[in-house]
Amino acid sequence: MATADDQFYREYILDHYKNPRNFGRLEHPDISHEEDNPLCGDVVGMDFQVKDGVIEDIRFHGRGCAISQASASLLTERLKGMSLDDAKRIDKADVIGELGIEISPARIKCALLSLKVLKVGAYGLADADEE
Amino acid sequence: MSTLTYDVTAVRRDFPIFETGIAYLDSANTSQRPRQVTGAMLEYFEKFNSNIHRAAYRIAEEATVRYEATREKVRAFINAASTKEIVYVRGTTEAINLVAFSWGRKHIKSGDLIVLTLLDHHSNIVPWQILAAERDARIEYVDIDERGELRQDQYAELLKQGPKLVAFNLVSNALGTINPARDMVAAAKKAGATVLVDGAQSTPHQPVDVRALGCDFYAFSGHKMLGPTGAGILYGRRELLEEMPPFMGGGDMIRTVAIEGTTYHDLPWKFEAGTQAIAEVIGLGAAVDYLSGLGMDAVRAHELDITEYAYEALSDIDGLTMFGPPPSRRAGVVSFALDGIHPHDLATIADRDQVCLRAGHHCAMPLMTRLGIAATARASFYVYTQKEEVDRLVGSIKEAQRIFA
Repeated sequence: MATADDQFYREYILDHYKNPRNFGRLEHPDISHEEDNPLCGDVVGMDFQVKDGVIEDIRFHGRGCAISQASASLLTERLKGMSLDDAKRIDKADVIGELGIEISPARIKCALLSLKVLKVGAYGLADADEE
Repeated sequence: MSTLTYDVTAVRRDFPIFETGIAYLDSANTSQRPRQVTGAMLEYFEKFNSNIHRAAYRIAEEATVRYEATREKVRAFINAASTKEIVYVRGTTEAINLVAFSWGRKHIKSGDLIVLTLLDHHSNIVPWQILAAERDARIEYVDIDERGELRQDQYAELLKQGPKLVAFNLVSNALGTINPARDMVAAAKKAGATVLVDGAQSTPHQPVDVRALGCDFYAFSGHKMLGPTGAGILYGRRELLEEMPPFMGGGDMIRTVAIEGTTYHDLPWKFEAGTQAIAEVIGLGAAVDYLSGLGMDAVRAHELDITEYAYEALSDIDGLTMFGPPPSRRAGVVSFALDGIHPHDLATIADRDQVCLRAGHHCAMPLMTRLGIAATARASFYVYTQKEEVDRLVGSIKEAQRIFA
């Protein structure tokens, strides 16, 4: 059986999985982007409402394992109210640090799927602004 | 060996990996290898390591004899007519690509129909999609019913359209479904099609007779049947192989090479270019010996016993859905899903208990889409699987349900 010091499925990760924060869709998002992990079928999408370069509101949707969904939920909590420039500076270490558990190589893609959605989404809008 | 005397404990003693304490439930992915296989390979490396078919010294002759001996072992194992019909490849994927490239490019023309099934592994889908795109050919897929078995009525309808090629797996890797291959091949031949059977999941687990089956091509991998990775087999009927152009050009597959052109070697070497996986082929021969020693009827009976045990144990678990047909019509594969728990999370929790379980789409994404799911958890069994390993899986499932409750 899993040992008592097994920290992988910590209570707050399960809580974010079962009760995801900011879950759903925005009606008129400024940015909307979705990514999947074809290996395991995990899907995460995010809708952003951005005003004056600040993420005013955010929702995520998707399906998949506890790690991918909890990671997305945690990330949306962090992103709400953050400037897009700051959001772009969030990196892998930040996301894994937020999860607070040791992620095995087999599960790293699950943990980082939401970050990929953020990166592609955020930079996509930057491109749109320049046009 | 009868089923009553099948001694799984004795079999397990041949597999040193079980000394690590793992419960290995992923043999449909790749099997473990017994000492007899690794020993045969080690003997090659330590006693007669050299290249085959070229050198005039004693150890090279020994290497060549051992390497070629696997061909006769495999021929007898699948009851092919001749060793000329046994082509060494890296595995099932290469075997199917060889047929798609060599036979396919010669015979598949614009508008031709290729019939595949939703149970097929990506390795029996993608090569045909590439060929179809190149040749502007058409692919139709046989659907499944609610039990995960091919819809034979729809298959019969597709055959009426006169397909040029029919390709399907004898056993589904994702669900374990055993397809009625002999009837399906006979019907396809009657409709005038050339038939390839993907034997990756059948050859390791049940007696195979390619002549009784009646197919034109039959492909399988050594690493799923106790052999090493990197050695597999393409069986092809001699008439077809004779008229097929080579797959890869290079050394060993030629008779003479001149600046003006090249004449090719006889079967089966025409399809074996470059330095071969000598140790791996020798290992595959040892694996065939090992399985022949157990007897494939006994292997099938043992796996059926384990599968029935697992099917029953998993049926008792609330919130667990199993996919595929009942045990009597499936190979040693149980694919399932748990309410509220993603297969990857289950696999991670099982791994904490040293239970090796597969989670994912099993390289059968069209099937997963058809079932309306992204992934399943899959336990698969083999000659060394014991009921205690199934009990440990049940323990991991209950642990996962406790964590996710």
